[in-house]
Amino acid sequence: MTEPNENPAEPDRRMNLTAALEVLARARTDRHVVVTNQGSARVWPQIADHPLDFHYVPSAMGGAIPFALGLALARPDREVITVSGDGSLLMSLGCLVTVTASHAANLSIVLIDNGVYEVTGCQKTPAATADVDYAGLARSAGFPNVAHFWDEGDWQRRGPKVLALRGPRFISLEVEPVRGGYGPIAPCPLLEQVTRLRERLAQSSK
Amino acid sequence: MTANAPPSLFIGSEIAESLADVGFTHVVWLPDSAIGLWEEALDSSPRLTLVRVCREGEAWALAAGLHIGGKKPLVVMQTTGLFESGDALRNVLFDMELPILSLIGARSWLVPGSKDSAFRFAEPILKAWGIDYRLIARPEDKPLLAEYFAERLKTGRAGAVVVAEGPP
Repeated sequence: MTEPNENPAEPDRRMNLTAALEVLARARTDRHVVVTNQGSARVWPQIADHPLDFHYVPSAMGGAIPFALGLALARPDREVITVSGDGSLLMSLGCLVTVTASHAANLSIVLIDNGVYEVTGCQKTPAATADVDYAGLARSAGFPNVAHFWDEGDWQRRGPKVLALRGPRFISLEVEPVRGGYGPIAPCPLLEQVTRLRERLAQSSK
Repeated sequence: MTANAPPSLFIGSEIAESLADVGFTHVVWLPDSAIGLWEEALDSSPRLTLVRVCREGEAWALAAGLHIGGKKPLVVMQTTGLFESGDALRNVLFDMELPILSLIGARSWLVPGSKDSAFRFAEPILKAWGIDYRLIARPEDKPLLAEYFAERLKTGRAGAVVVAEGPP
């Protein structure tokens, strides 16, 4: 499935971050591992709490997608969703090719495209003034299924269907920045999360 | 060593056998000209999965995901990649405290008189990061590779093996 980027969102038509993530929280199942990062890691714990949630904070910026790919490769019996910011993706655009080269059919990348480095005070990313088509980049990198949403109703209607298509999948969401949303915050320390996810995955593999 | 130093002290088949024997399941790599000679052996090993990354920083996070998912990954790259991926390894080894192991190729180490900064900074950087390592710079050191990795896997501790290389 592909969506042409012929109608990029006007700033006032971007989705609200919480509303966009609520759609994803409703679509995920007990089979899904969800890796959040940066701004999404701050919002997700307010709307969902699942033993297979992993809030990658503190992270190495740009690491969420390769981290999720590692999980997906280790556990092909699971579906892995990673929620990445556009600034993080820009730090390591090559990881899109790493993902497609790996043929990880159980990985979904959900890109929060807000055009800014939200957690450091909403400075513009280089892409904010460059008319970057992330869905187009993913398509060119070889993702078999790519979607681009800027309307919440459309994302709500079709998002779950896209998540069920053959992976790896790339979903770009045009989202309004959260002004004043400084700093990624995780609900519990990273080491606790590592232990919780490792144990949960080990239990489910028995 | 002579000016005609070999590109690598190891051949692919012995590396692939050693890594699989000690228990690694995945090799996450970005090769250089010496390590790259191992590609066919690693890629064809029925006991190893070779994962190619586009930049070295990806390798550490990817290995972290593999490890938490229950696998035993080895990160393989040149010293230049080690330098590039400092923040990624900082996060994985020190924030997440994961016992990820790595094999680092030290370019030009075997070239007498080489001033290549790619190898000169290798040990200082590893020491600065506080990463335990073993250096394999002579043929007689080669058994160290399997011994060290086996011990670190058994005890669940991070570490690196630095393998001296010839010219790029």
